[in-house]
Amino acid sequence: MKRQPLVLKILENDKGGKIVLSTLAVVVFVVAFCNLFVPSDSIFYISTFTVTILGKYLAFALLALALDLVWGYLGVLSLGHGAFFALGGYAWAMYLMRQIGDRGVYGNPELPDFMVFMNLQELPWFWYGFDNPLFAFLMVGLIPGILAFVFGWFAFKSRVTGVYLSIITQAMTYALMLAFFRNDMGFGGNNGLTDFKDILGFDLSSDSTRVGLLIITFIALVLGYLVCRFIINSRLGRVVISIRDAESRVRFLGYKVEQYKLFIFVVSAILAAIAGALYVPQVGIINPGVFSPLFSIELVIWVAIGGRGTLYGAIIGAIIVSFASTYFTSALPEVWLYALGALFVLVTLYLPKGVVGLISQINSRVKKA
Amino acid sequence: MKLLKHENEQNIGDLKKGDRILLVDGVSVSFDGFKALNNLSFSIDYGELRCIIGANGAGKSTMMDVVTGKTKPDEGHVTFGEAVDLLAMDEPSIAHIGVGRKFQKPTVFANNSVFENLELAMKDDKRFFKTLFSKLSSEQKGKIEETMKLIGLTDLAYQDAGILSHGQKQWLEIGMLIMQEPKLLLVDEPVAGMTPQEVENTAEILTNLAKDNAVVVVEHDMEFIRSIAKKVTVLHEGSVLAEGSMDAIQNNEKVRKVYLGE
Repeated sequence: MKRQPLVLKILENDKGGKIVLSTLAVVVFVVAFCNLFVPSDSIFYISTFTVTILGKYLAFALLALALDLVWGYLGVLSLGHGAFFALGGYAWAMYLMRQIGDRGVYGNPELPDFMVFMNLQELPWFWYGFDNPLFAFLMVGLIPGILAFVFGWFAFKSRVTGVYLSIITQAMTYALMLAFFRNDMGFGGNNGLTDFKDILGFDLSSDSTRVGLLIITFIALVLGYLVCRFIINSRLGRVVISIRDAESRVRFLGYKVEQYKLFIFVVSAILAAIAGALYVPQVGIINPGVFSPLFSIELVIWVAIGGRGTLYGAIIGAIIVSFASTYFTSALPEVWLYALGALFVLVTLYLPKGVVGLISQINSRVKKA
Repeated sequence: MKLLKHENEQNIGDLKKGDRILLVDGVSVSFDGFKALNNLSFSIDYGELRCIIGANGAGKSTMMDVVTGKTKPDEGHVTFGEAVDLLAMDEPSIAHIGVGRKFQKPTVFANNSVFENLELAMKDDKRFFKTLFSKLSSEQKGKIEETMKLIGLTDLAYQDAGILSHGQKQWLEIGMLIMQEPKLLLVDEPVAGMTPQEVENTAEILTNLAKDNAVVVVEHDMEFIRSIAKKVTVLHEGSVLAEGSMDAIQNNEKVRKVYLGE
């Protein structure tokens, strides 16, 4: 057998993944190039606003990928994945806050603006260390990972499944939202964390930083995709699919189902958290609204529309729906939520395999004709 | 004798033909006041093929649930091999130590291929961090192919198991049981939906398996039981009504009364 690079081996039988990732690579390249190297009065110029929007979509795509891993393959419908995304975002936002230094409105070199406003005298203990980007990056993965581990440990050990599990994931994100809304929590309450100035020494308002963030987000998405695909291609992936289809039968074959579930759940939470950390510098703010159950449900809709259990379908769904959301919320704001709801119902009824399923259906018809 | 709760294969002891491999001792299970098992006691020897019969609700499935760890009884002991306490273990540990089960309703993994179903059932290290990187050795591949030949599904190796017919799923389940290499096989209605030829093949396979293991078959098909069983246990209302050769059972007064309805 010929030796191939690992990347090609992982994507060996994954036509959809190859198409989606290479299309995105071209789009990201064109957008980056037309933003940085085309003069701003040319018709080929692409605005920095578009760069940022695309970066946001790609962060959402990574989040959708994380959800597809637990929902599409493990069969655990998490209605609280926004929580891991938000925690990752908050952890990275804390680093960005510390980077502001004395450039805040109050000019306090030690404390972020909202703490000065709240009359805090010194930095709360849980803000220590976030000056250091490496520490902050570690926390991006660690905190949501630990939450997912503890939550999953109790939920899976007590064999909570199906709709009950979905409800408690929803309760988890709702509880976190309420907690983060409180000013005393020390995370900026209602207003969240914002006014970031720079990241790792680069000015956040400059075009090249924006393009850099877009490219890093794209690379993270590709790596996330490869990790998920590697897991699904392994024997562990086949065990996970079997757990989705016939959980108790898997136990009688000698597999410790709880450990498998926990592993996938934690990996997924960490991917979601990294997506959150990439989302924050591009959007420029994080507030407790990201914990809202509505957001977590919306991302379920992304995956459903794209096509669950395919990985690349989740990416397609996240990008299509976010794009539509950006367009409609400015063009027809009052219609959008109804349209989203209707879309979800229609997809569930008529396209159980989402857009991806539709495409492969059309493909096979064309081949027959 | 002290029962060992260790999930260690050494505690099974050195099994020789005729040694006791399974002891169910005074087991009672009740669901909402209904006694599914009532002080049930019996034992199975290594190298034995035992048939268990009984009317619906006699406790056959509950007995299997108890032995495989799905149901915890209110009272009693279940000992595997020399001194392994099955009641202290969960389903995966019991499966790992060497108890295999084929369900009444064939449950194969619909979205995995026939080959993958057998791969998943195969006796191997089943901890999650091992399965993430595990690769099939040529020896393992050979074993899967051999099993596919035995169960007649070689041509369907890479088809999803979900498209198989009922009879083919039955075969696949038997194949999975073989791949598991259990020491004790609990087989629930193996020949339902099979043609006479297939029934004959199944009988042969089970008889062969029983030589180096122990096989417990629950079946309704009396002809099938007659063709394979040396010893039959009759369950009734959660306990053993009679035990013996097929002829002895059929001439047993009590059995005729409750089971054969005479």
